[in-house]
Amino acid sequence: MNAALHHLWTPLSATPLLWLVVTLAAYVIGRQVQKACGGSPFASPVLIAILIVGATLLGTGTSYDTYFAGAQFIHFLLGPVTVALAVPLAENFALVRRHLSSIGLALLAGSLTSVISGVGLVWLLGGSRSVALSMAPKAVTTPIAMAVSDQIGGVPALTASLAILGGILAAIIGRHMLARFQIDDWRAHGLAAGVAGSGIAAAQVAALDEVGAAFAALGIGLNGLLTALLVPLLAALWR
Amino acid sequence: MTSAMLILVGCQLLGELLRATFQLPIPGPVIGMFLLALALGLRARRTGNDRTPAPLKPAAEGLIANMGLLFVPAGVGIIAEAGVIRKEWLPILVAVAGSTILSLIVTALVMHWTLRPTHTHDTNGEGRTS
Repeated sequence: MNAALHHLWTPLSATPLLWLVVTLAAYVIGRQVQKACGGSPFASPVLIAILIVGATLLGTGTSYDTYFAGAQFIHFLLGPVTVALAVPLAENFALVRRHLSSIGLALLAGSLTSVISGVGLVWLLGGSRSVALSMAPKAVTTPIAMAVSDQIGGVPALTASLAILGGILAAIIGRHMLARFQIDDWRAHGLAAGVAGSGIAAAQVAALDEVGAAFAALGIGLNGLLTALLVPLLAALWR
Repeated sequence: MTSAMLILVGCQLLGELLRATFQLPIPGPVIGMFLLALALGLRARRTGNDRTPAPLKPAAEGLIANMGLLFVPAGVGIIAEAGVIRKEWLPILVAVAGSTILSLIVTALVMHWTLRPTHTHDTNGEGRTS
Protein backbone atom coordinates (compact mmCIF):
# COMPACT_ATOMS: atom_id res chain seq x y z
CA MET A 1 0.00 0.00 0.00
CA ASN A 2 1.52 3.37 -0.91
CA ALA A 3 1.77 6.25 1.56
CA ALA A 4 -1.19 8.30 0.32
CA LEU A 5 -3.51 5.31 0.39
CA HIS A 6 -2.21 4.34 3.80
CA HIS A 7 -2.94 7.86 4.98
CA LEU A 8 -6.56 7.47 3.89
CA TRP A 9 -6.94 3.87 5.01
CA THR A 10 -5.75 4.14 8.61
CA PRO A 11 -8.52 6.41 9.95
CA LEU A 12 -11.17 4.89 7.68
CA SER A 13 -10.56 1.26 8.64
CA ALA A 14 -11.35 2.05 12.26
CA THR A 15 -14.76 3.63 11.65
CA PRO A 16 -17.85 1.44 11.62
CA LEU A 17 -18.99 3.14 8.41
CA LEU A 18 -16.38 1.51 6.19
CA TRP A 19 -17.32 -2.07 7.11
CA LEU A 20 -21.01 -1.26 6.92
CA VAL A 21 -20.49 -0.07 3.34
CA VAL A 22 -18.28 -3.06 2.45
CA THR A 23 -20.91 -5.52 3.76
CA LEU A 24 -23.76 -3.83 1.89
CA ALA A 25 -21.73 -3.55 -1.31
CA ALA A 26 -20.66 -7.21 -1.13
CA TYR A 27 -24.29 -8.29 -0.75
CA VAL A 28 -25.43 -6.09 -3.63
CA ILE A 29 -22.71 -7.63 -5.79
CA GLY A 30 -23.88 -11.09 -4.67
CA ARG A 31 -27.42 -10.25 -5.72
CA GLN A 32 -26.24 -8.97 -9.12
CA VAL A 33 -24.23 -12.15 -9.66
CA GLN A 34 -27.28 -14.27 -8.82
CA LYS A 35 -29.40 -12.22 -11.22
CA ALA A 36 -26.77 -12.63 -13.93
CA CYS A 37 -26.88 -16.40 -13.30
CA GLY A 38 -30.63 -16.44 -13.95
CA GLY A 39 -31.55 -16.61 -10.25
CA SER A 40 -29.68 -19.87 -9.73
CA PRO A 41 -29.61 -20.90 -6.04
CA PHE A 42 -25.98 -21.98 -6.54
CA ALA A 43 -25.01 -18.30 -6.83
CA SER A 44 -26.05 -17.66 -3.21
CA PRO A 45 -25.73 -13.91 -2.48
CA VAL A 46 -25.00 -14.73 1.20
CA LEU A 47 -22.11 -17.00 0.25
CA ILE A 48 -20.74 -14.55 -2.34
CA ALA A 49 -20.93 -11.66 0.14
CA ILE A 50 -19.19 -13.70 2.87
CA LEU A 51 -16.39 -14.63 0.46
CA ILE A 52 -15.93 -11.01 -0.70
CA VAL A 53 -15.90 -9.58 2.83
CA GLY A 54 -13.71 -12.44 4.12
CA ALA A 55 -11.18 -11.90 1.34
CA THR A 56 -11.20 -8.14 2.00
CA LEU A 57 -10.51 -8.67 5.71
CA LEU A 58 -7.70 -11.15 5.05
CA GLY A 59 -6.25 -8.95 2.29
CA THR A 60 -6.16 -5.85 4.48
CA GLY A 61 -5.15 -7.65 7.67
CA THR A 62 -8.27 -6.44 9.48
CA SER A 63 -9.41 -8.38 12.57
CA TYR A 64 -12.92 -9.80 12.81
CA ASP A 65 -13.56 -7.67 15.90
CA THR A 66 -12.79 -4.47 13.98
CA TYR A 67 -15.04 -5.61 11.17
CA PHE A 68 -17.87 -6.56 13.52
CA ALA A 69 -17.81 -3.14 15.19
CA GLY A 70 -19.19 -1.80 11.90
CA ALA A 71 -21.20 -4.80 10.74
CA GLN A 72 -23.04 -5.16 14.05
CA PHE A 73 -25.61 -2.62 12.86
CA ILE A 74 -26.65 -5.10 10.18
CA HIS A 75 -26.30 -8.06 12.56
CA PHE A 76 -28.65 -6.32 15.00
CA LEU A 77 -31.52 -6.49 12.49
CA LEU A 78 -31.60 -10.30 12.87
CA GLY A 79 -33.77 -9.72 15.95
CA PRO A 80 -36.46 -7.57 14.27
CA VAL A 81 -36.52 -9.82 11.19
CA THR A 82 -37.13 -12.85 13.39
CA VAL A 83 -40.08 -11.01 14.93
CA ALA A 84 -41.23 -9.98 11.42
CA LEU A 85 -41.62 -13.66 10.48
CA ALA A 86 -44.79 -13.49 12.60
CA VAL A 87 -46.49 -11.69 9.69
CA PRO A 88 -46.49 -14.54 7.10
CA LEU A 89 -47.15 -16.93 10.00
CA ALA A 90 -50.24 -15.06 11.23
CA GLU A 91 -51.64 -14.66 7.72
CA ASN A 92 -51.62 -18.42 7.31
CA PHE A 93 -52.85 -19.42 10.76
CA ALA A 94 -55.84 -21.31 9.33
CA LEU A 95 -53.54 -23.42 7.15
CA VAL A 96 -51.19 -24.11 10.04
CA ARG A 97 -54.02 -25.09 12.41
CA ARG A 98 -55.43 -27.53 9.86
CA HIS A 99 -52.12 -29.40 9.67
CA LEU A 100 -51.02 -29.18 13.28
CA SER A 101 -50.34 -32.90 13.78
CA SER A 102 -48.39 -33.20 10.51
CA ILE A 103 -46.29 -30.21 11.48
CA GLY A 104 -45.61 -31.61 14.95
CA LEU A 105 -44.52 -35.01 13.63
CA ALA A 106 -42.37 -33.59 10.82
CA LEU A 107 -40.77 -31.11 13.19
CA LEU A 108 -39.89 -33.74 15.79
CA ALA A 109 -38.52 -36.15 13.17
CA GLY A 110 -36.50 -33.48 11.35
CA SER A 111 -35.13 -31.87 14.49
CA LEU A 112 -33.99 -35.17 16.05
CA THR A 113 -32.47 -36.26 12.72
CA SER A 114 -30.47 -33.06 12.50
CA VAL A 115 -29.11 -33.20 16.07
CA ILE A 116 -28.36 -36.94 16.18
CA SER A 117 -26.86 -37.24 12.69
CA GLY A 118 -24.81 -34.05 13.16
CA VAL A 119 -23.28 -35.17 16.47
CA GLY A 120 -23.02 -38.79 15.28
CA LEU A 121 -21.13 -37.95 12.08
CA VAL A 122 -18.60 -35.76 13.89
CA TRP A 123 -18.06 -38.53 16.45
CA LEU A 124 -17.75 -41.26 13.79
CA LEU A 125 -15.14 -39.28 11.86
CA GLY A 126 -13.06 -38.65 14.95
CA GLY A 127 -13.94 -35.00 15.54
CA SER A 128 -13.50 -33.46 18.97
CA ARG A 129 -16.23 -33.24 21.58
CA SER A 130 -16.43 -29.45 21.38
CA VAL A 131 -16.99 -29.61 17.61
CA ALA A 132 -19.68 -32.29 18.11
CA LEU A 133 -21.44 -30.15 20.72
CA SER A 134 -21.14 -27.08 18.48
CA MET A 135 -22.77 -29.13 15.71
CA ALA A 136 -25.82 -30.19 17.77
CA PRO A 137 -27.87 -26.95 17.64
CA LYS A 138 -26.59 -25.75 14.23
CA ALA A 139 -29.88 -26.24 12.34
CA VAL A 140 -31.76 -23.56 14.24
CA THR A 141 -31.71 -19.84 13.66
CA THR A 142 -28.29 -18.32 14.47
CA PRO A 143 -29.13 -16.45 17.72
CA ILE A 144 -30.77 -19.57 19.25
CA ALA A 145 -28.01 -21.85 17.98
CA MET A 146 -25.32 -19.70 19.62
CA ALA A 147 -27.18 -19.51 22.94
CA VAL A 148 -27.74 -23.30 23.08
CA SER A 149 -24.14 -24.02 22.04
CA ASP A 150 -22.85 -21.85 24.86
CA GLN A 151 -25.14 -23.60 27.33
CA ILE A 152 -23.98 -27.15 26.48
CA GLY A 153 -20.25 -26.47 26.19
CA GLY A 154 -19.85 -25.91 22.47
CA VAL A 155 -18.12 -22.95 20.81
CA PRO A 156 -20.82 -20.35 19.95
CA ALA A 157 -18.83 -18.71 17.13
CA LEU A 158 -18.18 -22.09 15.53
CA THR A 159 -21.88 -22.95 15.83
CA ALA A 160 -22.77 -19.70 14.08
CA SER A 161 -20.41 -20.60 11.22
CA LEU A 162 -21.89 -24.10 10.99
CA ALA A 163 -25.44 -22.73 11.06
CA ILE A 164 -24.59 -20.43 8.15
CA LEU A 165 -22.85 -23.21 6.20
CA GLY A 166 -25.81 -25.56 6.68
CA GLY A 167 -28.29 -22.82 5.82
CA ILE A 168 -26.46 -21.96 2.59
CA LEU A 169 -26.31 -25.64 1.66
CA ALA A 170 -30.02 -26.12 2.35
CA ALA A 171 -30.85 -23.00 0.32
CA ILE A 172 -28.69 -24.17 -2.58
CA ILE A 173 -29.75 -27.81 -2.87
CA GLY A 174 -33.15 -27.78 -1.14
CA ARG A 175 -35.34 -27.53 -4.23
CA HIS A 176 -33.34 -30.05 -6.28
CA MET A 177 -33.22 -32.51 -3.40
CA LEU A 178 -36.95 -32.38 -2.67
CA ALA A 179 -37.82 -32.48 -6.38
CA ARG A 180 -35.91 -35.75 -6.56
CA PHE A 181 -38.27 -37.15 -3.88
CA GLN A 182 -41.23 -35.79 -5.85
CA ILE A 183 -42.16 -33.32 -3.13
CA ASP A 184 -43.59 -30.25 -4.82
CA ASP A 185 -45.71 -29.07 -1.89
CA TRP A 186 -44.76 -25.61 -0.56
CA ARG A 187 -45.97 -26.56 2.92
CA ALA A 188 -43.50 -29.46 3.10
CA HIS A 189 -40.78 -27.47 1.37
CA GLY A 190 -41.22 -24.43 3.63
CA LEU A 191 -41.24 -26.40 6.87
CA ALA A 192 -38.21 -28.46 5.82
CA ALA A 193 -36.29 -25.30 4.90
CA GLY A 194 -37.14 -23.73 8.27
CA VAL A 195 -36.28 -26.85 10.29
CA ALA A 196 -33.09 -27.90 8.46
CA GLY A 197 -31.72 -24.62 7.14
CA SER A 198 -33.25 -21.93 9.38
CA GLY A 199 -33.12 -18.33 8.19
CA ILE A 200 -30.99 -18.61 5.06
CA ALA A 201 -32.96 -21.46 3.51
CA ALA A 202 -36.18 -19.81 4.68
CA ALA A 203 -35.16 -16.57 2.96
CA GLN A 204 -34.74 -18.50 -0.27
CA VAL A 205 -38.21 -20.09 0.05
CA ALA A 206 -39.87 -16.90 1.29
CA ALA A 207 -38.81 -15.09 -1.86
CA LEU A 208 -40.62 -17.70 -3.97
CA ASP A 209 -43.89 -18.51 -2.20
CA GLU A 210 -46.04 -16.99 0.56
CA VAL A 211 -47.33 -20.30 1.94
CA GLY A 212 -43.76 -21.57 1.91
CA ALA A 213 -42.73 -18.47 3.86
CA ALA A 214 -45.39 -19.13 6.52
CA PHE A 215 -44.34 -22.75 7.00
CA ALA A 216 -40.67 -21.78 6.98
CA ALA A 217 -41.35 -19.20 9.71
CA LEU A 218 -43.14 -21.86 11.70
CA GLY A 219 -40.26 -24.30 11.14
CA ILE A 220 -37.70 -21.77 12.41
CA GLY A 221 -39.75 -20.79 15.45
CA LEU A 222 -40.85 -24.27 16.51
CA ASN A 223 -37.47 -25.88 15.83
CA GLY A 224 -35.82 -23.08 17.82
CA LEU A 225 -38.19 -23.82 20.69
CA LEU A 226 -37.74 -27.61 20.48
CA THR A 227 -33.95 -27.45 20.11
CA ALA A 228 -33.58 -25.01 22.99
CA LEU A 229 -35.45 -27.49 25.20
CA LEU A 230 -34.22 -30.80 23.76
CA VAL A 231 -30.50 -30.33 23.04
CA PRO A 232 -29.47 -29.38 26.60
CA LEU A 233 -31.33 -32.52 27.80
CA LEU A 234 -29.62 -34.76 25.22
CA ALA A 235 -26.25 -33.18 25.99
CA ALA A 236 -26.72 -33.90 29.70
CA LEU A 237 -27.26 -37.59 28.84
CA TRP A 238 -24.05 -37.71 26.76
CA ARG A 239 -21.36 -37.32 29.38
CA MET B 1 -42.44 2.70 8.67
CA THR B 2 -41.45 4.02 12.10
CA SER B 3 -44.56 2.57 13.74
CA ALA B 4 -43.84 -0.79 12.11
CA MET B 5 -40.27 -0.69 13.42
CA LEU B 6 -41.64 0.19 16.86
CA ILE B 7 -43.92 -2.87 16.78
CA LEU B 8 -41.08 -5.19 15.72
CA VAL B 9 -38.46 -3.87 18.15
CA GLY B 10 -41.12 -3.57 20.89
CA CYS B 11 -42.05 -7.25 20.52
CA GLN B 12 -38.37 -8.14 20.62
CA LEU B 13 -37.89 -6.13 23.82
CA LEU B 14 -40.97 -7.76 25.36
CA GLY B 15 -39.53 -11.15 24.39
CA GLU B 16 -36.20 -10.29 26.02
CA LEU B 17 -37.99 -9.13 29.18
CA LEU B 18 -40.01 -12.37 29.39
CA ARG B 19 -36.86 -14.41 28.79
CA ALA B 20 -34.96 -12.61 31.54
CA THR B 21 -37.87 -12.69 33.99
CA PHE B 22 -38.68 -16.40 33.62
CA GLN B 23 -35.13 -17.56 32.80
CA LEU B 24 -36.40 -19.11 29.54
CA PRO B 25 -33.90 -20.97 27.36
CA ILE B 26 -35.49 -19.45 24.20
CA PRO B 27 -34.04 -16.22 22.75
CA GLY B 28 -36.04 -13.01 23.03
CA PRO B 29 -36.69 -12.47 19.28
CA VAL B 30 -38.32 -15.91 18.98
CA ILE B 31 -40.58 -15.20 21.95
CA GLY B 32 -41.31 -11.84 20.30
CA MET B 33 -42.24 -13.61 17.07
CA PHE B 34 -44.78 -15.81 18.83
CA LEU B 35 -46.16 -12.81 20.75
CA LEU B 36 -46.67 -10.81 17.55
CA ALA B 37 -48.19 -13.81 15.74
CA LEU B 38 -50.57 -14.27 18.67
CA ALA B 39 -51.53 -10.58 18.65
CA LEU B 40 -52.11 -10.62 14.88
CA GLY B 41 -54.14 -13.82 15.19
CA LEU B 42 -56.36 -12.33 17.91
CA ARG B 43 -56.81 -9.18 15.85
CA ALA B 44 -57.79 -11.25 12.81
CA ARG B 45 -60.39 -13.14 14.85
CA ARG B 46 -61.85 -9.88 16.18
CA THR B 47 -62.01 -8.10 12.83
CA GLY B 48 -62.61 -11.20 10.67
CA ASN B 49 -59.82 -10.09 8.35
CA ASP B 50 -56.55 -12.00 8.44
CA ARG B 51 -54.53 -9.51 6.37
CA THR B 52 -51.86 -7.65 8.32
CA PRO B 53 -52.47 -3.89 8.78
CA ALA B 54 -50.71 -1.57 6.35
CA PRO B 55 -47.60 -0.13 8.03
CA LEU B 56 -46.48 -3.48 9.44
CA LYS B 57 -46.89 -5.62 6.34
CA PRO B 58 -44.58 -3.79 3.89
CA ALA B 59 -41.94 -3.29 6.60
CA ALA B 60 -41.99 -6.98 7.52
CA GLU B 61 -41.92 -8.05 3.88
CA GLY B 62 -39.05 -5.68 3.12
CA LEU B 63 -36.99 -7.07 6.01
CA ILE B 64 -37.75 -10.69 5.11
CA ALA B 65 -36.92 -10.11 1.43
CA ASN B 66 -33.42 -8.93 2.43
CA MET B 67 -32.89 -11.39 5.26
CA GLY B 68 -29.85 -12.89 3.53
CA LEU B 69 -27.87 -9.68 4.08
CA LEU B 70 -28.34 -9.94 7.83
CA PHE B 71 -26.44 -13.25 7.99
CA VAL B 72 -23.30 -11.86 6.38
CA PRO B 73 -21.64 -10.38 9.53
CA ALA B 74 -22.05 -13.64 11.51
CA GLY B 75 -21.04 -15.67 8.46
CA VAL B 76 -17.79 -13.77 8.04
CA GLY B 77 -16.99 -15.07 11.54
CA ILE B 78 -16.00 -18.31 9.81
CA ILE B 79 -12.59 -16.77 9.13
CA ALA B 80 -12.12 -16.29 12.87
CA GLU B 81 -12.79 -20.04 13.31
CA ALA B 82 -10.40 -21.01 10.51
CA GLY B 83 -8.05 -22.80 12.92
CA VAL B 84 -10.58 -25.37 14.18
CA ILE B 85 -12.11 -25.76 10.73
CA ARG B 86 -8.71 -26.46 9.14
CA LYS B 87 -7.87 -29.04 11.83
CA GLU B 88 -11.19 -30.89 11.75
CA TRP B 89 -12.43 -30.06 8.26
CA LEU B 90 -13.52 -33.58 7.36
CA PRO B 91 -15.87 -34.29 10.30
CA ILE B 92 -17.16 -30.70 10.09
CA LEU B 93 -17.94 -30.74 6.38
CA VAL B 94 -19.42 -34.25 6.35
CA ALA B 95 -21.54 -33.62 9.46
CA VAL B 96 -22.86 -30.24 8.26
CA ALA B 97 -23.71 -31.57 4.80
CA GLY B 98 -25.01 -34.95 5.99
CA SER B 99 -27.18 -33.73 8.84
CA THR B 100 -28.58 -30.79 6.86
CA ILE B 101 -29.57 -32.97 3.89
CA LEU B 102 -30.97 -35.76 6.11
CA SER B 103 -32.98 -33.33 8.19
CA LEU B 104 -34.29 -31.56 5.09
CA ILE B 105 -35.46 -34.82 3.52
CA VAL B 106 -36.88 -36.35 6.72
CA THR B 107 -38.86 -33.19 7.57
CA ALA B 108 -40.25 -32.83 4.05
CA LEU B 109 -41.08 -36.52 3.67
CA VAL B 110 -42.89 -36.82 7.01
CA MET B 111 -44.80 -33.62 6.21
CA HIS B 112 -45.59 -34.86 2.71
CA TRP B 113 -46.78 -38.32 3.83
CA THR B 114 -48.90 -37.09 6.72
CA LEU B 115 -50.45 -34.28 4.64
CA ARG B 116 -51.45 -36.42 1.72
CA PRO B 117 -54.68 -38.00 3.11
CA THR B 118 -56.22 -34.69 4.24
CA HIS B 119 -54.97 -33.01 1.11
CA THR B 120 -56.70 -35.35 -1.35
CA HIS B 121 -59.57 -36.40 1.00
CA ASP B 122 -59.05 -40.06 0.24
CA THR B 123 -56.83 -42.66 1.83
CA ASN B 124 -56.54 -45.08 -1.07
CA GLY B 125 -54.61 -42.45 -2.99
CA GLU B 126 -52.39 -43.64 -5.76
CA GLY B 127 -48.70 -42.97 -5.54
CA ARG B 128 -48.47 -43.75 -1.84
CA THR B 129 -45.69 -46.17 -2.60
CA SER B 130 -43.58 -43.59 -4.40
